[in-house]
Amino acid sequence: MSSAPQDGPPAGPSQGGPPARASQGGPAAGPPPGGPGAGASRRGPSTGTAVLAILRKEVRVELRTLESVPAMCLFSVTTFVLFHFALDRDSVNGDLASGILWVTLLFSGVLAINRLFVADEEQGGFDGFLLAPVDRSALLIAKFLTLLGFLVVLEIVAVPAFGLLLLEPSVGRVVLRLIGILLLADVGIAAVGTLVAALAVRTRARDLLGPLLALPLLVPVVIGGARACAPLFAAGHPASVPVRWLETLGLYDLVFGLLAYAVFDFLLED
Amino acid sequence: MTGAVELVGLERRYGERIALADVTLTLEHGATLVVFGPNGAGKSTLLRVLAGLLRPHDGSLRVLGHTMPEEDWAVRGRIGLLGHDPLLYRDLTGRENLRYHARLHGVDDGRIDEVLEAVGMDRRADEPLRSLSRGMVQRLAVCRAVLQDPDLLLLDEPRANLDPAAGDLVEPLIGRASGRTRVVTSHDPAGGLAEADLVLGLRGGRPELLEWAEDLDPARITELYT
Repeated sequence: MSSAPQDGPPAGPSQGGPPARASQGGPAAGPPPGGPGAGASRRGPSTGTAVLAILRKEVRVELRTLESVPAMCLFSVTTFVLFHFALDRDSVNGDLASGILWVTLLFSGVLAINRLFVADEEQGGFDGFLLAPVDRSALLIAKFLTLLGFLVVLEIVAVPAFGLLLLEPSVGRVVLRLIGILLLADVGIAAVGTLVAALAVRTRARDLLGPLLALPLLVPVVIGGARACAPLFAAGHPASVPVRWLETLGLYDLVFGLLAYAVFDFLLED
Repeated sequence: MTGAVELVGLERRYGERIALADVTLTLEHGATLVVFGPNGAGKSTLLRVLAGLLRPHDGSLRVLGHTMPEEDWAVRGRIGLLGHDPLLYRDLTGRENLRYHARLHGVDDGRIDEVLEAVGMDRRADEPLRSLSRGMVQRLAVCRAVLQDPDLLLLDEPRANLDPAAGDLVEPLIGRASGRTRVVTSHDPAGGLAEADLVLGLRGGRPELLEWAEDLDPARITELYT
């Protein structure tokens, strides 16, 4: 049965409450077999199992609500159409083409970043996760992979649309190199995006704070991605990709990946 | 033997506002503490602190033999929280939600069918939550809270939205018959007293009443609300 921290007559809440007393029988009097009182902490599932569970849930929710990916794709294609007419040119190349692609991808990505933790915040997903005996980094990894997946799907739609609306047909020869650069940049966008989304979602101004934090932090990705891609979009003969910009993107991925891993636990704290 | 819940001078604030102050009590394993108090008295805050979702700002707190929040990793998975929010995703079905939580707790799928059947939701478990009534969602939330067979149940007005028949269905899982250590908030003096071993009355975050249930005059609970 329950007891106060000290014996004696009931003396009011400030003194600790009612006295200790002997067991009185009944269903609540003793611990149930194998239940309370067992004392041992429970071994939870592995981080990999938890990551898969969260990933599966994320994909299900997105397939059912279609809140993020369609919006990202629609936004990017619309932006390319606008550029097509605003520039009044059949095609663009070099730095201009690369800049248009990366700025559009970045703003489309921000749409997903803003939505990444909204369902968890509004529907108690954070609390449900925090009550489970799993490593908290599982949530970071799963959300990172979710955002990475969304970006890849976005690019599967957006890059061909960009090619059709704004590039010369000859650019088809550089697709493999372009995919490599995109993936390298996506890792950085997903790492920073997950971090920023977790930070912003618990604030009242999350729709504003997300982009305000993410865009400055992602400037190096835009610079690196745009500089690395510019030679691929050069008029006539595509040049080789400058290695130093690939190294810049790789270093960015590493630094922000580690940073996200280091601070994510604190973002989940009260 | 240590208690399942031991609080000494527990305090929690939201900014300048005190949500809980000077809460001291011990609840032994298998016992039920029922917490009464008007809206804003600190009942839900107390449950969230016990669950490890909020950090105490002062005092000490031990849950299931572990000091919180330093050792919260040791009690995760041993606490079932049933709050005002069901902690379920509206766009997933009941079964998908429970499967998600089962994976996070390392629970077999068989247990999902077991709890769904126990609350009479096995036939509606494959419908998205957004298409279900509040009472049905509450029944699924009960399933979620007991899925991992927790040692400690934290129940915030657990029968809210449940009709009498549904209340009877969830009783073996979250009621006194479950044999679990329980902390329950209630606004129903008679119903709350009937399942309590110990009663805590809060007002303005401070304990105004801490008595054994069998010694308590129900009128003292009513006074908390005046």
